Amino acid sequence: MAKKTALLQGNDACAEGALYAGCTFFGGYPITPSTEVAEDMSKELPKIGGTFMQMEDEIAAIASILGASLTGAKVLDATSGPGMSLKQELIGYACIAEIPCVIANIQRGGPSTGMPTGPSQSDMQQAKWGTHGDHAAIVLTPASCQEIYEETVRAFNLAEKYRMPVQIQLDEIGAHMRERVEFAEPGELEVIDRAKPTVAPEDYKPYDSSKGMIPPLASFGSGYRYHVTGLNKGPDGFPTTKAELVAAEEQRQIDKVNLNAADIEKNEEYHLEDAEVVLFAYGTTSRSARYAVNELRKEGVKIGMFRPLTMWPFPEKRVAELAAQAKAIICPELNLGQMVVEVERVAKGNCIVAHIGRVDGEPINPDQIIKKVKEVM
Amino acid sequence: MAYDYEKWIRPGKLPHIWCPGCGHGIVMKGLIRALDACGLEKNKTAIVSGIGCASRLPGYIDACTLHTAHGRAAAFATGIKMAKPEMTVICCGGDGDGTAIGGNHFIHACRRNIDMTYVIMNNHIYGMTGGQFSPCTPTGALASTTPYGNPDPVFDISKLAIGAGATFVARTTSFHATQIDKLIAEGIQHKGMAVIEVVDDCPTSYGRRNKFRSVVDMMKVLKDTAVPVAAASKLSADQLEGKILTGVLYKEDKPEYCEQYAKIIAKAKGA
Repeated sequence: MAKKTALLQGNDACAEGALYAGCTFFGGYPITPSTEVAEDMSKELPKIGGTFMQMEDEIAAIASILGASLTGAKVLDATSGPGMSLKQELIGYACIAEIPCVIANIQRGGPSTGMPTGPSQSDMQQAKWGTHGDHAAIVLTPASCQEIYEETVRAFNLAEKYRMPVQIQLDEIGAHMRERVEFAEPGELEVIDRAKPTVAPEDYKPYDSSKGMIPPLASFGSGYRYHVTGLNKGPDGFPTTKAELVAAEEQRQIDKVNLNAADIEKNEEYHLEDAEVVLFAYGTTSRSARYAVNELRKEGVKIGMFRPLTMWPFPEKRVAELAAQAKAIICPELNLGQMVVEVERVAKGNCIVAHIGRVDGEPINPDQIIKKVKEVM
Repeated sequence: MAYDYEKWIRPGKLPHIWCPGCGHGIVMKGLIRALDACGLEKNKTAIVSGIGCASRLPGYIDACTLHTAHGRAAAFATGIKMAKPEMTVICCGGDGDGTAIGGNHFIHACRRNIDMTYVIMNNHIYGMTGGQFSPCTPTGALASTTPYGNPDPVFDISKLAIGAGATFVARTTSFHATQIDKLIAEGIQHKGMAVIEVVDDCPTSYGRRNKFRSVVDMMKVLKDTAVPVAAASKLSADQLEGKILTGVLYKEDKPEYCEQYAKIIAKAKGA
């Protein structure tokens, strides 16, 4: 049977992916260029008995999804630049309290109000380091409407599996372009639900990692009573300043991502076998990069593309290998130098690392990349 | 009536962090009496707070408890209530947490008339950070950041709640211990947003700086300035100057938010 398809913009695909993953609660606040996600959810969630909340501000939006997630719901918030800045404190809360949630950030020009209708990839370092304190981050960067649909499902899976916030970073181009999206049948894509406790309620400790790095999360109202706080806490969830408990919990919350990087990482490798020049590209910019690779290959240039779909945790191992193999890694991105810093760090001077940046509201086009490749060569 | 305090106190969590003479303990005890009197089920009760002295309250209660970020209690609580309307949701916190940094969430929870109870402990000061002025610090009072006296006008929390749309608004003081539980219980039983303002005493950070020689002095002021609403109707504006009106200040039956949203779901499903 032919699959169900539709011509969707990226924001619609994000909403569809969330629904496929089992999202039943959306909390948001209107902001360009993310608003279509909220509009879709306001229409679809009530049909399945879910809840759409347009909250009073961006902070309330993320607060509402964290409250809803604690009752067991799969939750989504969608926003853009200024909204993402406002949410940072509660992203940290979700990290330390280990509350699964997905936040879609449709990147637009910045800083501040910037260019609300212009594309950007300038929240890439914020996605990792935006909230204060040491913490891990999982950040996904899809490049097409089909991929936005599927990666949104994966974002929910990772949030549920690793019990933490997951950010899906789009850009205004990906969010508003329309492409054919093929919907998955139920059961076709993996859907992961958070682990629930199996111990008796009186024995439940919300941060007890003795049986695994990611403790099961009981739902409020399900017969398990426990305490949730943003303070440093021990395995029982209650505040503590005991040095050994604080350090162990912080380390575990970072290790649960870093030690599982192989499970979380996802990359596309395009013509890398013999590549002497590697384009490190992500999001919609990678589409120009792919075009440039094809054009340059016709001229005999040994060039390929490395495209992370998981940007954080950063694909350190593979980038280090590529730095040893290639003469140069070139990073086109819609900012003035963000992920290139990470590439430089990992390359450790083993190859040339160059950057192509753009922040004028226009996409990076293939010609711009081809020109830079020729300069570097 | 005998109340089962033991049932609602988390084993091993007392003593609490509050200073000797602080009214928060009186409010917590009143809240427990209200929970008990309403016959609530612990597993179906969520207590949500922000940050500050008063916001440490949920940690002592044996229920589903959530100590959120500064000011955000009402917004987290809205998520809980909307995702699981069968739960009883109670917010608690201080005046700074609820009406300064959390003011927006507070007024919008009132506006929605969502079925929850917000117990706001108004001790006129940021206690945990050492006594800075809040939106409820009396004009002219001394705080660590108003060394020359407070130039700011004061929020009337109960009026704010009524103006924003809360459908049950009541006020009492930490002196009127037995009224606390009655008003909270009435708020819990009310269908819609209930705000119970407890005018509270902070001897350490507020009293000490403002010429209250003892906790007893602060309690005497609360006792002497409180005027029950019924009695207030017989007093002139001059006589009411500087008084605290206590009791149920406002009550109205209006559509409750969860019920309204249930209708949206029914409509979307084509029912």
